[in-house]
Amino acid sequence: MSEPWRILVVDDEPDLEPLVLQRMRRQIRGGKYQFEFAGNGLEALEKLRADDTIDLVLSDINMPQMDGLTLLSQLNSLDQDLRAVIISAYGDMGNIRTAMNRGAFDFVTKPVDFDDLQITIDRTVEHLRQWREATASRDKLVTLQNELDIATNVQQSILPSDFPTTTKYEINANMVPARNVGGDFYDYVGVPHDRMFATVADVSDKGIPAALFMMSSRTALKGAAIGTGSPREALIEANRVLQADNPTLMFVTVIMAVYDPHNGEVTYSSAGHDPPVLVHADGSGEQLPATGGIALGIAPEQIFTANLSEQTVVLGPGETLILYTDGVSEAMNVDDEEFGLDRLLGLFAGRPPQSAEGAMHSIFEAVAEFAGEAPASDDVTCLALHRSAAP
Amino acid sequence: MELAQERDSGTNVISPAGRVDGSNSADFHEALAAAIADDDSRVILDMGGIDYISSAGLRVLLLVAQRLGGDSTPFAVCSLAASVDEVFRISGFNQIITVYGTLDEAKAQLA
Repeated sequence: MSEPWRILVVDDEPDLEPLVLQRMRRQIRGGKYQFEFAGNGLEALEKLRADDTIDLVLSDINMPQMDGLTLLSQLNSLDQDLRAVIISAYGDMGNIRTAMNRGAFDFVTKPVDFDDLQITIDRTVEHLRQWREATASRDKLVTLQNELDIATNVQQSILPSDFPTTTKYEINANMVPARNVGGDFYDYVGVPHDRMFATVADVSDKGIPAALFMMSSRTALKGAAIGTGSPREALIEANRVLQADNPTLMFVTVIMAVYDPHNGEVTYSSAGHDPPVLVHADGSGEQLPATGGIALGIAPEQIFTANLSEQTVVLGPGETLILYTDGVSEAMNVDDEEFGLDRLLGLFAGRPPQSAEGAMHSIFEAVAEFAGEAPASDDVTCLALHRSAAP
Repeated sequence: MELAQERDSGTNVISPAGRVDGSNSADFHEALAAAIADDDSRVILDMGGIDYISSAGLRVLLLVAQRLGGDSTPFAVCSLAASVDEVFRISGFNQIITVYGTLDEAKAQLA
């Protein structure tokens, strides 16, 4: 039996402590979590300095004496291998964004839904477990295969799976890792006015350095998407963050889109990535216009910005937006032929997808069938956003 | 990784051939690094023989460009196959690495 994960809850509301202990009692009794509590940032720092076994800090933002954002900046100076999750008022995107930029791993909104909180905690500690394994093996000799397995686990640990499903639209996504190359990920995050950001990305290279770069990319992109009005602005901000400290010249190509369910508008921008595919209600497919754009992490801000535009299209009822990596279009069969964009565009002819999950299923099935016995040479990643046919 | 090389009064023309992906990008990097000398006055990478390059291969080009940029040595690639040209265009690499259509153009214009 492994040690329980040690979680420090920081909140000035005294009601939270009995509530956490009550709602998490099964995990506490089962030896999975162990909770500590602090009433503000200063108290939290004192506890952390005295006790270096805390794995996760779960902190409110607004507190007397030292608030959550200040606590976050102080956490970095503690030099402890822990992760922070922020609790914030719903819609308080400015603070959430600042928190992500200061290194928070994730956030939950108030009023706290304890099922959500548990999913978030589980994902964060699983990520931390993979991260520790990855950083430990960086310092010792590991076989290449071992390293690739660890990198794949880090990759899997950041992919969300609690897909948004509303009566108006839904999202579904999947990533199938290749054996020897890997660096794809997807993400999505809700922002004010019911808008939803969706991202698909492909990190150069493989192994543990690429997995660590993937982690920074994911956090930079999520932080930039939150509170930024547009994908273009978000990509510019994420590029600034990633390019500032990138001696190994890793890069990541990204397609980012934001969807407004009130009018069906999709605005997207691409950093060195294929533009999205739009599947019309009759099943015909169309590749949307490119937006220029250079892969993130390698171009100075001025050059990056000058080359980047964004496009807006309307997703009609019954239409589906597909974001994908070249693992889909460049999937090879045994005769060394590529799956190709045209196969993707023609995939839904006469049988339009009825749901995001249905679209994903069709794509992954078609790619697998096409590849046959040929081993996948790259990760295959796809995200579908489907607008319901009925209003 | 096979590559041919020709030096003509300070211009170093390197011509690799084959496919560059994650499985041989380290070899590609090593071969290129060995083919470049500190006193080269300019370096042209003739990519005509490369029919596929993955992101791992593109990263090698960045590392080479960075090394040469540090010495202020002009660097360009030329003669991209259609599929490689598309990779350069989509990834935006054509905005950060100088690309010429042919080796003759590169020789005439790179300064």
